[in-house]
Amino acid sequence: MFLSYFTEQPMSTYPEQVGLDVGYTSVLFSNKHFDPVEGSRLYNERLEEYRLAEAVGYDGIMVNEHHNAPYCMQPRITVWSSILAAITERVKIVQLGNPLPTYDSPLMFAEEIAMIDMISKGRLVSGIVRGAGQETICVNSNPAYNRERFQEAHDLLVKIMTEDGPFAWEGDHFQYRVVNPWARVLQQPHPRIWVPGVISPETIQWAARHRYPYISLNTPLHLTGALWDIYDNAARDAGYEPGPENRGYLLRVHVQDTEEKALECAREFMWMQGQFTGVGHPYWVNPPGYGSPERRLAMARLANDPDIRSRAAPFEEQLATHEIVAGTPDQVIAALRVVLETCRPSILMLWGNDGKVSHADALRCIELTGTEVLPALREIGDELGLHDPFELDTPVSLQYS
Amino acid sequence: MADTTDVTTAVAGCDLVSTEAGEGPAVVVLHHSFGPVGWTTLADDLATDHRVVLVDLPGFGRSSRPDWARHPRDLALLLGAWLRRRELHDVTVVGPGFGGWVAAELATMCPDRLGSLVLVGAAGLLPEEGRILDQVLVSHSQYVQAAFHDPAAYTEVFGDELTDELLVLWDESKEMTARVSWKPYMYNRQMAPLLAELDVSALVVWGEHDDVVPRSCADQYVRALPDARLEVVAGCGHAVDLEQPARLAALVRSHLA
Repeated sequence: MFLSYFTEQPMSTYPEQVGLDVGYTSVLFSNKHFDPVEGSRLYNERLEEYRLAEAVGYDGIMVNEHHNAPYCMQPRITVWSSILAAITERVKIVQLGNPLPTYDSPLMFAEEIAMIDMISKGRLVSGIVRGAGQETICVNSNPAYNRERFQEAHDLLVKIMTEDGPFAWEGDHFQYRVVNPWARVLQQPHPRIWVPGVISPETIQWAARHRYPYISLNTPLHLTGALWDIYDNAARDAGYEPGPENRGYLLRVHVQDTEEKALECAREFMWMQGQFTGVGHPYWVNPPGYGSPERRLAMARLANDPDIRSRAAPFEEQLATHEIVAGTPDQVIAALRVVLETCRPSILMLWGNDGKVSHADALRCIELTGTEVLPALREIGDELGLHDPFELDTPVSLQYS
Repeated sequence: MADTTDVTTAVAGCDLVSTEAGEGPAVVVLHHSFGPVGWTTLADDLATDHRVVLVDLPGFGRSSRPDWARHPRDLALLLGAWLRRRELHDVTVVGPGFGGWVAAELATMCPDRLGSLVLVGAAGLLPEEGRILDQVLVSHSQYVQAAFHDPAAYTEVFGDELTDELLVLWDESKEMTARVSWKPYMYNRQMAPLLAELDVSALVVWGEHDDVVPRSCADQYVRALPDARLEVVAGCGHAVDLEQPARLAALVRSHLA
């Protein structure tokens, strides 16, 4: 099993009551509520936590990117990836993922990915994403072309990583008279590409067609079976037999010495009014042309629903359905066995800390998870045949199979 | 209501669909970014003494989408070709809102086809004061409601309930608007200098309470166009064509007289 640490890096000192009063905590939620003194403290606490995660045995550290909201302090994924390349020695740096279509330069991503891969001595997993709908508003990238841009940027990125320059690129959305970056990826043919998502069938199928592992982001456990059916069918259509090595799962998991303490900290997973991306207007989440035409009516209905309150299930319900796992090491191991048996991923992203969990509690969670939970998960993984892409040395893609 | 005829015309691989009625001087009526609303009261009024052609802009309503279009100017190019294909001359083009922007672009590229230009709360210019209401930041219904000063007028056009059909039309229209005018939003710095070359008479109509396109844009259009005058419609919002169609029809008639 590949076991990775993750935190959204919450900007936990924002005034929560203001968010409740205005009704949303994203896109237009004013950054006057961002205190850079607290921001500096929080960033540096994360540094220490990431170092500990490596020391206690995690295989990877997952980073991501979001904008204009307190739930995530990572507005540039390649910055944190670069920092991790410098401050860690062993763990994989798992980008989930680079939001390719929301920027106008896939070449910029290719250069940064190559630098990070070299500096980290080949420890980069270069995941890619379309970027959430509201991100397209925050960086002003046209959502109507998001999927087209994602696919074209991906094709260009892979070409840059695997072919010698100079060459020209004349695409529908990106054009370069010279592509010839003097920064090349260390891993050959290129760093592994993983594709995260919640449950969009188009993205699942796209990942499967490329033989890229799909990382399900906290999708309710009971839906993961249907999700993998979509993946597996597309994989078989593409001519290969998928397995656990194609499956990843991100789950909120908090471990403490006592159940009481663990539950107290795990309640912080509900801090953004229960929504892990905060509360935003549905028409920000689904900007024009972002969604698939098949879901147009449903999305339009949602966008015009004046009720924008959180639709998250209560904490206790999420505990009961294993969308949140919390407890002592033994309790968490027992719960995660159910998750692994049900979902059968070989890649598990343990989202450890969120909200206002203190630095001390975050460190304890990481330490207990690393020393007591991860070894047990590896045993369960072996028992269940959940072997990850690194163990099996699987090809990085269908193209390179 | 006038007897109308639907006409489909293929232009550059795009099917443009129009609804037409009446006889007399040709008046082509465009529509807002939220899409065509069918045969309107304005069209019916004007059709008593004009040949009224209500055309769905490329990519909106019944007209097919030109996937290659990236700017309202591309839509105007198609409309220009459509005018030639339809052999329409000395046309009065009435453009409300986003359609006003397309009409202004059209006027800059084929003024020989136009007899007159009527801009109604037209987008297309960067406001010197205020901002154009950003439909991306509000819901479909909030945006359309903002185009009316009198809520009762909105209800008269769109009814009390949001039907699935209307929601889909609005969403498709919002997507098409994004495809061609996401950034910069609702204006074109390259258009204003060209307006100075227009030799057609222009009428600029603005609702007194336009909450979508700032009034400063009305003044900017009047300054940019060599032959233009402004009419402000009292007690009316952005969508003068839908909220006070009789008043707009009277202004158009007066302008053409």
